Amino acid sequence: MSIPTAKRPEPDSSYGRFSFSLRRWMAQDGNLMRLFVIMIVVWAAMAMLSPRTFLTIDSFSSMAFQFPEIGILALAMMLAMISGGIDLSIVGTANLTSILAAMMMVRLMPADAGAGESAMYMALGVLCALVSGVLCGLLNGWAVAKIGIPPILVTLGSMQLFIGLAIVLTEGKAIVGLPEAFSSIGNGTLVGLPVPLLVFAACIVSVYALVNRRPFGIKLQMLGSNPTAARYGGIDNTAVLLKTYALSGLLAAVAGLVIIAHTNSAKADYGTSYILQSILIAVMGGVNPNGGFGKIAGIVMAVLTLQFLSSGLNALHVGNFFKDFVWGIVLILVMVANEIGPKWRWRRRQPESSV
Amino acid sequence: MPNALIELKGIAKSFAGVHALKDVSLRIDQGEIHCLAGENGCGKSTLIKVMSGVHAPDHGEIYLEGQLRTQLNPFEAIQAGIQVIYQDFSVFPNLSVAENIALSGELARRRKWIDWRRMRRTAKEALAKVGIELDLDAKVEELSVADKQLIAISRALMQRAKLIVMDEPTTALTQKEVRALFDVIEGLKRDGISILFVSHKLEEVFALSERITVMRNGRRVVTEEARNLNREMLVYHMTGRQIEETHYEAANKTGKPLLRTDRLGLAGCFEEISLELYPGEIVGLTGLLGSGRTELAESLFGLLPATAGRIEIGGESVRIRSVRDAVRHRIAYVPEDRLTEGLFLQQSIERNLIVSVVDRQKGRLGMVDRRTLKATVRSWIEKLGIKAPSPLAPVKTLSGGNQQRVVLARWLAANPKLLILNGPSVGVDIGSKEDIHQAIRQLAAQGIGVLMISDDLPELRQNCNRVLVMKRGRLIGEVEGQTFTPELWAQMHEENAGSETEGKRGDSA
Repeated sequence: MSIPTAKRPEPDSSYGRFSFSLRRWMAQDGNLMRLFVIMIVVWAAMAMLSPRTFLTIDSFSSMAFQFPEIGILALAMMLAMISGGIDLSIVGTANLTSILAAMMMVRLMPADAGAGESAMYMALGVLCALVSGVLCGLLNGWAVAKIGIPPILVTLGSMQLFIGLAIVLTEGKAIVGLPEAFSSIGNGTLVGLPVPLLVFAACIVSVYALVNRRPFGIKLQMLGSNPTAARYGGIDNTAVLLKTYALSGLLAAVAGLVIIAHTNSAKADYGTSYILQSILIAVMGGVNPNGGFGKIAGIVMAVLTLQFLSSGLNALHVGNFFKDFVWGIVLILVMVANEIGPKWRWRRRQPESSV
Repeated sequence: MPNALIELKGIAKSFAGVHALKDVSLRIDQGEIHCLAGENGCGKSTLIKVMSGVHAPDHGEIYLEGQLRTQLNPFEAIQAGIQVIYQDFSVFPNLSVAENIALSGELARRRKWIDWRRMRRTAKEALAKVGIELDLDAKVEELSVADKQLIAISRALMQRAKLIVMDEPTTALTQKEVRALFDVIEGLKRDGISILFVSHKLEEVFALSERITVMRNGRRVVTEEARNLNREMLVYHMTGRQIEETHYEAANKTGKPLLRTDRLGLAGCFEEISLELYPGEIVGLTGLLGSGRTELAESLFGLLPATAGRIEIGGESVRIRSVRDAVRHRIAYVPEDRLTEGLFLQQSIERNLIVSVVDRQKGRLGMVDRRTLKATVRSWIEKLGIKAPSPLAPVKTLSGGNQQRVVLARWLAANPKLLILNGPSVGVDIGSKEDIHQAIRQLAAQGIGVLMISDDLPELRQNCNRVLVMKRGRLIGEVEGQTFTPELWAQMHEENAGSETEGKRGDSA
């Protein structure tokens, strides 16, 4: 079919070609570019301020054990935020599911279990955590998509629920004494790389493929930018939201496992400050709080930047009080840049659509 | 020769290499009503923004009352008496009438304290100038669109406007309100104020203006005394081609009906709807607001599943309980409200195009195959002549006509058998409207059944084989498309007049 028309599309030379152009990438992803520069600047500043402590293998390896947990939680937060919602229950989910896993490994495993039996209990524990993470997420998704309660309220409630349940289960005490094999995974390396870092990398790759390369991800982003149009466009909003929160719960459970493997204990109130941090990382990484947009690369760079900052400040022997202050400043600066950048860019590059 | 209030010479402006304005000259005299006409995307808005100092031109000169202004900014433009009344009027809904009219003047004079009595006095004077009476203490959000507009005009007058630019001022007004607005405009002219009236509604252009400037593709095509132009010439200048009123030739009803409904009903919306639609037919559906026509369309598309009756597709009884069911039966629906129901404004053109068929773009490992996706997008952009800088640009940067083409292309990509269009040319300029009608006719000629809901009688007459009329949830008649005149329409309504009062009538007559 062709239509007689005076208007022809103007050729766009870049579209459809598969060459990579750095300049085009920079132009299209101004946010990422800015974030990248900020990350390098922070790294360089820290390296210059304390080269002997910051620029060491030890320092990098300790960082690589620290940031994956918050990184995975930020990915979980990102998914919920792309859908136009938020998931405040991720830390609660992480703690609850990891406590379930720890109970499997510590309380159910007989004291005289052999290596094979011990491995089986560990696998069961991991499986139990992942399944319960999905169930926690489905509960959120059900209340958001089926009942229609705003996500911030749903997950505020479920956060309380999960933490409360975790406290009841543990009677407020930490579960310690996980199998040695399990904590040696959390503190060990594989081909020279810390295991938590590898888990984070696996999460990044899967979430990237899911969000950017699978139809589900495109539907998720469209739903996030206009749920009404999504419904008119034939997207099954309920299914997409259920899946999104289930994935968010699953990632939270993975983060929980990384945490207990690393700290060798499971606690009901671990890392409560992570909730706000993961929101801030997501926003700093360019996730639109109104939904619809989010880049995994942004999350990774935001996490790294904050890790460089806190490790650097540690190396400088400045207290934790100062750390929060600097984090706050960097986050606000990045968000200001994210807000101003695109407006300036579109005003400059786009002709206004007339009348 | 009267004095020129503002004169633009050889204005050029481009954005990222796209020429929005090329060598545009325009002169507006004191006390003149000048009309700026042109299709969406022709550069009208950009020209207004150059005049009001929002955009600096790349080339060209701006003279205000004979003085060359090299660096006009919005503040200077207002000082010089140029006031723009935009489509949204830029009023403060939560403030009172008096505050809306007088506040900006108070602020501009940098008064430290607000004198409420003086403000009310100023507001009263301004309203008197326009010749209307409004409750000064009424909240603006509670007023009608027309009153909001008059408030914007009053405010402009308070700032000693010499030229008032009105951008599509009649879009949301009723016929009566339009006439009242025209009276106000005539009154302003008598006070020596110039008006630049931007519109693409031809009747209004002729009713009001003394001189008409037509723009197309960023260029000024012609400036002419209104009495020297007629409708055909104006359309020709605006579109650059002759547009005749043509009719769609009815295809023969062959084979089984594509769609058949048997006493279809939805509680509280419509009932007892029995209709047939054959492949290749364009069937119109009209009725007043509240007649149930949109609800019927949304039932067929699974958004509001019907509660009674049966639907047959291709002779087989089907259940349509969700949009997915409808899509599976290859039904497509282009919704009424493009901006909220049709488009994902911040997302790219590419994504807006493929959102409904993204599951079919799967390649290896269930991943979206970028290569086929891009090919699909490119082919639809070409087929429908969507004018866009890049498929990756947000769809909100497109004009209304191009946006509508994106929504249409999305559903054509789904390869539908039945296409339901709700108001396919609302908010679309003449040239694009014609293109969209052409596209719909070609689709029908290929054997797609089209159900077209519209208020626009000429549109129905030109495109439809048959027109179905609904009233209060029931079908009240069926007429041959070509014979569907406003008189017939009114007659059908009176014959079925009931005791209940109808909803507000659309701009159908």
